[in-house]
Amino acid sequence: MGGAVMMKNIIVPLTSGIIFGIGLVIAGMTNPTKVMGFFNIFGNWDPSLIFVMVGAIAVSMPVFLLLSKKMSAPLFNKEGGFNQQLNKNIDSPLIFGSSIFGIGWALVGFCPGPAISALTQVDGNVFIFFIAMSIGMLIKKRF
Amino acid sequence: MESLLGGLIIGLAIAILYLTRGNFTGISEIYFNVISINKSGFLWGFFFILGLIVGPVILSFFSYNDLGFEMPNTNPIIVILGGLLVGYGTQLGSGCIFGHGICGIGRLSVRSMVGACIFIGAGVLTVLISKSLGWVAL
Repeated sequence: MGGAVMMKNIIVPLTSGIIFGIGLVIAGMTNPTKVMGFFNIFGNWDPSLIFVMVGAIAVSMPVFLLLSKKMSAPLFNKEGGFNQQLNKNIDSPLIFGSSIFGIGWALVGFCPGPAISALTQVDGNVFIFFIAMSIGMLIKKRF
Repeated sequence: MESLLGGLIIGLAIAILYLTRGNFTGISEIYFNVISINKSGFLWGFFFILGLIVGPVILSFFSYNDLGFEMPNTNPIIVILGGLLVGYGTQLGSGCIFGHGICGIGRLSVRSMVGACIFIGAGVLTVLISKSLGWVAL
């Protein structure tokens, strides 16, 4: 495996994943109580998830809209180019899928990324959720 | 304050992945490419997902005082149902909070903004119902 390929396929995704995982823990997103508190608008509301989104968008928006436009290609992926959004439709899969995801997210307090990072808690319930989530994804692929 | 800092760090991770590989950080998609052994998405996706687990482990070496861990609902039926719905829904709707909520809104995608409003709205309703049924005490 050449240097550029190793950067692209191993070093970069591993580094990004490590930083992402650290961010999730610091933001409190690996704590389901905190996430459910965000949905508890009509109770003891915890709005802090908004600040997570604001912080993440503040960094990523100029990258998507300005910085990447000044580059001809991603640093280690010259042939691949920058991902662009292909589907812009507000269609029924988007509406039903997002509704189903929102219900599951608020029932337990986990979405996919934090559920994976929270595996480090070595908690049986996180593991059960993680397996069920994986099965749910594969069910969608088959049907 | 931790929330904003955590968000900035997550934004940095998203920026690194986009500027070096050109990929959006939709975790549901990256993870799905790993478990479905997608030809072009398996290898790099595996290392990204591995990073999601290694990151918190590294942080724990610094005795960082995190925001805790507590599951309000540990009923096994709810945990399994929630997992199935999150897995199925993110694949059907093509995105989770990071794909739609951050990468999508970050590039001003109307589709993603609609998706994010729907799943947050569905989440608010779900917590309201869970509370009134006595499933969780928040």
